Amino acid sequence: MNNVMGIVNLSESSEHIADLTQTRTTAAIPLLGRYRVIDFTLSNMVNSGINNIAIFTQGRARSLTNHLGSGKHWGLDRKRDGLYVFHPETDFGDNIRRTGDLENFRNHLDYLKYSNQDFVILSRSYMICNIDYRKVVRQHVESGADITLVYKNMENSVRRFYGCDSLTLDDHHTIKGVGTNLGKKRFYDISMEMYVLKRDLLIKIIEEAVHRGEARFLKEAIFTRFDDLRIKGYAFDGYLACINSTQNYYLTNMDLLNVNYSKELFHNNGRIYTKVMDAPSTKYADNSYVSNSLIANGCIIEGTVENSILCRDVHVKKGAIIRNSIVLPNAIIHETTNLNYTILDKNVVITERKMLFGDSESPFVIKKNTVL
Amino acid sequence: MRELKKEMVAMILAGGQGSRLRELTRDIAKPAVPFAGKYRIIDFALSNCSNSNIDTVGILTQYRPLVLNAHIGIGSSWDLDRQYGGVKILPPYVKQEGGRFYKGTANAVYENINYIDGYNPEYVLILSGDHIYKMDYMKMLETHKRRNADITIAVIEVPWEETNRFGILNTDENDTIIEFEEKPDQAKSNLASMGIYIFKWDQLRKYLLEDEGNPNSKNDFGKNIIPKMVEDNCNVTAYRFKGYWKDVGTVESLWEANMDLIRPGNELNLHDKKWRSYSVNPVSPPQFISPQGMVESSLINEGCIVEGDVKRSVLSPDVFVGLHAKVEECILMPGAVIEEGAEVYKTIVMSDAVVPKGTKILPDPQGQITVFTGEEGDRDHE
Repeated sequence: MNNVMGIVNLSESSEHIADLTQTRTTAAIPLLGRYRVIDFTLSNMVNSGINNIAIFTQGRARSLTNHLGSGKHWGLDRKRDGLYVFHPETDFGDNIRRTGDLENFRNHLDYLKYSNQDFVILSRSYMICNIDYRKVVRQHVESGADITLVYKNMENSVRRFYGCDSLTLDDHHTIKGVGTNLGKKRFYDISMEMYVLKRDLLIKIIEEAVHRGEARFLKEAIFTRFDDLRIKGYAFDGYLACINSTQNYYLTNMDLLNVNYSKELFHNNGRIYTKVMDAPSTKYADNSYVSNSLIANGCIIEGTVENSILCRDVHVKKGAIIRNSIVLPNAIIHETTNLNYTILDKNVVITERKMLFGDSESPFVIKKNTVL
Repeated sequence: MRELKKEMVAMILAGGQGSRLRELTRDIAKPAVPFAGKYRIIDFALSNCSNSNIDTVGILTQYRPLVLNAHIGIGSSWDLDRQYGGVKILPPYVKQEGGRFYKGTANAVYENINYIDGYNPEYVLILSGDHIYKMDYMKMLETHKRRNADITIAVIEVPWEETNRFGILNTDENDTIIEFEEKPDQAKSNLASMGIYIFKWDQLRKYLLEDEGNPNSKNDFGKNIIPKMVEDNCNVTAYRFKGYWKDVGTVESLWEANMDLIRPGNELNLHDKKWRSYSVNPVSPPQFISPQGMVESSLINEGCIVEGDVKRSVLSPDVFVGLHAKVEECILMPGAVIEEGAEVYKTIVMSDAVVPKGTKILPDPQGQITVFTGEEGDRDHE
C-alpha cells in the first residue's frame, strides 16, 4: 500500500449533532470512552499500510489539532509522507470564505500534485467501522473501474443512516445513481463515502469542477461525472455506524456494549489508535456497583454505573447513579445525583442531588464546561 | 557541544536481578516488573525525572535487559526523547583491555564517566530503578545547593521496628550525616536512606576513581563510597522526604504496595494530574464490565473484560476474567486469563498466564503470596 495515500474530508454536516459540535468538529467528538471520532478512520488507513494522510478541515480545528499532534500516536510522524492538516483559506481580497469544500481542495492542490502515490482513498471521519482498505484497493485495480465506492447493504436499520447517501447499483456492482436516504426503506445500499481513485483523476476532477464552476463540494464534482466515469461499488459487511446526529452518536456508543460488535470494531483488522493520556488505573471503591459498561482509564467510581460509557478521568461520587448515559472526559458527578439517558460533555460538573432524565430517542445533552 | 552544559544528570541503577521477587524476575529485570496495573517499577523514577525537569537520564542495565530496553525505547513515554540529552541505556561493554559486567553500583557509574562528562554537569543524581514514590528532585537539589553539600542523601522516617531492614543514617541537629549504618540491630535513628543521592560531580568523580583503585572495595555506593565520604568529613547532608515510598524487593512487598493503592486515602495519589506517572500506554479499548461482572475495591485497566467477581485486586491491561470466576486480593499481570469458574485468592498471576477452568488457587496457609506462572510447576495448586 506504498502506492496509496489517504484523504479525510471533514466537510461533514453537523446540524443534527449541534450540541456536541459547538466547540469542535464532528471528527473531534470523544467517542467510546477513549477515542475521538476520527481515530477509526485514521487507524483503518494506518492499519492498511497507508502512511501519507491529509485531513481537510472546515476550520474550528483547535480540538482536532490538539488531538492529532504530530501524528505520532498513529505512527504518522514520518520523514517521508506522514500526517498533513489543511485548513480553508480566507480570501482576503473579498474577505469571504466560500462555502463548500472544493475551494479548500483547490487551495491545497499542490499537496496532491507533489505526492508520490498513484492511488487515493478519499474518506470521511464519521463512518465508524473496522475496514481493510487493502481489499478495496485490490478490487479497484482488478475491476478496472475509474472510481470504487465502498457501500453497505442495510437491512432493518431504518433510521440509523438518515440523511446519508443512498446508492442504486446494477447486477455488476456498477453504481447507477446516488440519492439521499430518507429513512423510509427497510432494505437499502448506503454509501460509506470512501472512494478509491487514481490521484491524477482526482486532480482532474477538481480542476475541471473549478473551471466549470458548477460544484461547490467535491462530492458534487464527482457525481456530475457519472456519465463518463465507471463507478463500481465495494460491498462491506462488517459493523457500521454513522455519527451524523446526536441520536446516532448515542446509539453507536450503546452498540459497543455488545461484545460481538466491540470485538469486531476494536480488534478485527488491527487496533484503534488514539492520543495517549497516561491516565492511571480506574479505581472502583468498595461501595461501587458497575454493570454492562465501558469504562476508560483514570476514573474513580464510588457510585452506581449501569449500561453506560465513561470516558477518561470521570469521577462518580458516592450514591450517584448513572444509567444509560455517556459521560465525556473529566466530568464530576457528585453525591446522590441520578442520571438516566444523558450525555455529559467534557468537564461537566453535576452537583449534589440533581436528577436528569432524557430518553433513548432524545438523550439529554449537557454542554461542555457546564456546572449544574 | 561542551557549551551545552547540563546542570544535573540522573543515573538510574536498573541492573539488579531482584531474586527475592522469585518467578517474577526469572525473565525480566526487577525495574521492569509490572506494578499498579499499568506501570513497570522503573516508571516512577523516570516519571519523577520528567516531572522534575531532568531531561538527561542514563539507565544502567545488566540483568535480563530485553523487556526493560523495549519498554524504555527512545524515552518518548516520559518525554525523554530529546535532541540533546534524553534517555540513554548504558549496558556493560567491552574495551581494548577486555570487558566485564558491572561489579557494583559505584562501578556501574565509574564505567560510564565518559557519558556523564559529555554533559559537563555540576551535579549527578543517583537513583534506584526499583522504588515506588513521587518526588520532586529539584527541591532536593535546592537543599543540596543551599547547604553547599558534597553529597545529599534523601531520607525517610521508617517505623523503629523496621530499622534493621534499612541503611540508617545518624545525623546531628543540622541534618548533617555523621554516621552511616547498614541494617543495624540497635539503631540510633529511624532515618532510612532512600537510595537517592545528589553528588557534586567533581567530588563523585574523584571518589569513583579512588574506589576503583582499591582492590578490597565492593564498588558499592552504600557500602563504600558514602561511608568513605563520611569518614573523610565531607559535607554529607540529609534531605527529609515525607510521603509514600516503598522498596518492592519481595513478592510480599510488591503485593502489599499494590494493595496500598486500593485502600481509601492512600498516600500515593496516582490520579494527580499535576504529577502524572507516565508509562507505555497500551493500545486497547476501554475496560468492559459485563452485565454479570462484579467489581469491588479494585484497580482495572484498558482492554480488560470482567464477567466474573473481582474483589480487592489489581488488573493490568488486557486481562480477562470469565463468567463465575472469582478473583480476590490478586494481582493479574498484563494479558492474564482467568477462565470461566476458576477461583484465585492472594495470588500474582503472571503476564499472559492462563488459569484454566476449574482451577482453585486458595490463599497460602503461611500467608505467602502465590505466584502463578501458568507453567508445569503450578500444577500442585490445582
